[in-house]
Amino acid sequence: MGRKLPRKDVVIIGLGWTGSIMAYELADAGLDVIAIERGPWRNTATDYPPGYAADELRYRIRHELFLSPSQTTFTFRNKMDQTALPIRSWGAFMPPNGVGGGGVHWNAETWRFLPSDFVLKTHLTERYGAAFLPEDMTIQDWGVTYDELEPHYDRFEYLCGTSGQAGNVKGTLMEGGNPFEGPRSRPYPNPPQEQPFGHTLFGKAARDLGYKPFPQPSGNMSRPYQNPLGVRLGPCTYCGFCEWFGCGNYSKASPQTTVLPALVRKPNFTARDNSEVTRINLDSSGKRATGVTFVDAAGEEWEQPADLVVLSAFAIFNVQLLLLSGIGKAYDPETNTGVVGRNFTHQTISDVVSFFDPTKFVFNPFIASAAIGMCIDEFNGDNFDHGPHGFVGGGYMGQIQTNGRPIETTPVPPGTPLWGAQWKKAVKENYQSAMKPGTGVHGSMYSYRDVYVDLDPTYTDRFNRPLARITMDFHDNEIKQNKFLTDKFAEIFQAMGARQMVKEYRKAPYDVTKYQTTHLCGGAIMGSDPGTSALNRYLQNWDVPNLFVLGASAFPQNAGYNPTGTVAALAYWAADAIRSKYLKNPGQLINA
Amino acid sequence: MQDFAAVERGRYLTSAADCGSCHTIPGSDHPFSGGRPIETPFGVLVAPNITPDRETGIGAWSDEEFDAAVRSGRRRDGKRLYPAMPFPYFARMTSEDVKDIRAYLSTIDPVRNPVTVNHLPFPLNQRMAMAVWDELYFTPGIFKDEPSKSKQWNRGAYLVQGPGHCGACHTPKTFLGGDESSKPLQGYTLQGWVAPDITSGQGPLAQWSRDAVAQYLKTGHNQFAAAAGLMGEVVELSTSRLTDDDVKAMATYLKDVSGPKPTADSSADAKVLTAGGAIYQDLCSACHKSDGTGVPNLIPDLTHAATVNTGDPTTVLRVILQGAQSVATDREPTGPAMPAFGWQLNDEQVSAVASYVRNHWGKAQREPTEASRSRHEVHQSEPEQDAKPK
Repeated sequence: MGRKLPRKDVVIIGLGWTGSIMAYELADAGLDVIAIERGPWRNTATDYPPGYAADELRYRIRHELFLSPSQTTFTFRNKMDQTALPIRSWGAFMPPNGVGGGGVHWNAETWRFLPSDFVLKTHLTERYGAAFLPEDMTIQDWGVTYDELEPHYDRFEYLCGTSGQAGNVKGTLMEGGNPFEGPRSRPYPNPPQEQPFGHTLFGKAARDLGYKPFPQPSGNMSRPYQNPLGVRLGPCTYCGFCEWFGCGNYSKASPQTTVLPALVRKPNFTARDNSEVTRINLDSSGKRATGVTFVDAAGEEWEQPADLVVLSAFAIFNVQLLLLSGIGKAYDPETNTGVVGRNFTHQTISDVVSFFDPTKFVFNPFIASAAIGMCIDEFNGDNFDHGPHGFVGGGYMGQIQTNGRPIETTPVPPGTPLWGAQWKKAVKENYQSAMKPGTGVHGSMYSYRDVYVDLDPTYTDRFNRPLARITMDFHDNEIKQNKFLTDKFAEIFQAMGARQMVKEYRKAPYDVTKYQTTHLCGGAIMGSDPGTSALNRYLQNWDVPNLFVLGASAFPQNAGYNPTGTVAALAYWAADAIRSKYLKNPGQLINA
Repeated sequence: MQDFAAVERGRYLTSAADCGSCHTIPGSDHPFSGGRPIETPFGVLVAPNITPDRETGIGAWSDEEFDAAVRSGRRRDGKRLYPAMPFPYFARMTSEDVKDIRAYLSTIDPVRNPVTVNHLPFPLNQRMAMAVWDELYFTPGIFKDEPSKSKQWNRGAYLVQGPGHCGACHTPKTFLGGDESSKPLQGYTLQGWVAPDITSGQGPLAQWSRDAVAQYLKTGHNQFAAAAGLMGEVVELSTSRLTDDDVKAMATYLKDVSGPKPTADSSADAKVLTAGGAIYQDLCSACHKSDGTGVPNLIPDLTHAATVNTGDPTTVLRVILQGAQSVATDREPTGPAMPAFGWQLNDEQVSAVASYVRNHWGKAQREPTEASRSRHEVHQSEPEQDAKPK
């Protein structure tokens, strides 16, 4: 045990989106708050200024802003009977590191989940019958409803200055918005971003096919904005260096551009960067957290005592730290018992690359932002009848091409040589007239008994702690879902006049080297039953009531949207529960 | 016995007079304990300890001795203070004002911190020389209302000319460091920053409304400019702590101070401006916009920022080379920063883009914009931003 620091009211582990939001809310309530962050402090002008923010090699290819696998990593296997090996270069997802967390390099696609997503098990069982679901699918209701989260979604959107077109304001459908979204209490704080040519064409083709396309809700500013904390953002310049990058000109919502400037002014808030929490400490009863142990940049170990512990690291690190701290029963897939590590999910992403006549189409793909795009939501969640299709789940799809950056934007038609003069010629011919939406089909991944996180029996980190081990593969349900959605997606490009299309279906086995999204979810899920969830509906740990665990680790399964809006709404929801309930009577908020 | 109302008045005046800016080392947990070096054109002076410590602070001083130091520039031993202590301005305060400041300072934790003030070279280290200076530049006497002006104007004039001591930085100085009283607030360069010409009439603040000036003082930001460097400190420690009425009063008075139009820069070469314009569009326009107008309260409007439109390019060059962190205040907590470009642009390129910024939008300057001199000068001081590729 390291040297003991003075006690704080609250210690927050990880200063990304959820840590920043919770730190602000609890400091605002007058509590003495310290946040401990594994990575460095980051500021716009010193860490990603416009002078070199647009460096594709540095940030995209060499992963400047992400966790370095040499610092820590995970092991991975598809099946329970395989031996997992450490991931040594990020592929399928990009674990964040540093102040701001994934909020620095995210796309800022700011979605809400569907009302039915939060009661998924009940909803699907009622509509299709229990037998319609695969036997090993372990989906659950969340224990919280869309209506309960609505005010918290709203707070996050107004914090971020989300640019978008409302589809449903208090039950009234709005022209041009997403007609499937749950009712929102008010429109987005900012109008949608301007759409580039190709994105506009996609919207038109989708409309002609009878869909209701709408602009993707974006945390890239469509105009200057001052949020309720007084913090300002500038208008987006559509430079197309957002995803994997920090925004150099204060135009993308991030903790740095929305919360941290207000948070650091609070005298009762402090932060330690480059310090990694190695353990949440418990008292002798094992029912109460006494604080955390962390190691600073010099390798010194410290104990930070606190009355309340908030675990708000990246999803899988939340799970790992719970397992390493002996909090909650570890999940065992053989007996289907235990809670920590279960219902781990990712996303089911695919794409359609389409080629148009260069003499007729000039898309200028470099004019973009990370959350730009025209989408349709007809095939998300349970927005359509799954009965005839034999699968559940879905996703939004859209022309959401985020950039035309030079190193990676080289779509060439099938049959083109992989290198040499012919390849160069094809790149030149197609750069302006090809469409490559990237994560064009954004499908859900539901949870299964044999997809989970536990501690690796072999590999350890620099502190000799076992690495987290991921066991994950695609199941037939998701493969069917993806086939159906990708074909529907391609029909829209066909209607736009593409002369050639390449459907890049997602196929099994799950490939940890191919990028999908960074949306790792689950492993420390919320719910109503301590037998099948690690957290109650307020994200409070069932076993250790003075521990709250924030982030996508709480998702019982992943929906067909980007998770950050829901992650942040849950953080506000938990903060509200702490402020209005827990602080008045610290203890378990739910009697299960 | 402490008079709470007097202490509160004193606390407010201590902010208005920005005592903490010199008498506290930035970031120190011991306010007013001195030790901060103050660069002057003649050498370095170190601000003394003004906590109530009896040995190393001012705890043993009588109120009369304190008043003599603040308003007459006289030390306890009768010797003269250097005018880095802006007593020629503080002389406009009443004895009651100064007594209240003393009352407030007496509530501060005493800190033992002996400070050697005088680091000037001979013969300037001889305080006798100050007798001549006082004769030339020091006019005693409290502020007198101008009866033809409004109450608000007079309050503003008192704050600007008295405790606020704005002219200490913003009024041009003679070779002896005294105010050029015929050119009030027409700009002066000190410690590597320009305290720009802040006159209206035809001066750089001509287009700023009274409310824009007040907003700048209160929040550090407005639609035109952002306070950084020394002015950032002034806003943080002084003007942001004043009431809305007082910053409006200061703005009312300042808007009534007229100055001439900054003169055109005949040396601005068309080729240089073309090169500067290309660099501007490449590196600057993402934030400051193609037309230089920026984003209100976030990114300065280069067509209206006083530091751009003042005669001396020092701040423009410094900020391009080194970057700048703007001030964060309760009303404007964002604190946006300008990144450094000194690692990326050579002297010629910095000069070109500075010339473009200072000439392109219709306001032009006397002096050619030389980056090499500035690069040398800013390297003497600590870098504002470390934005080199790591």
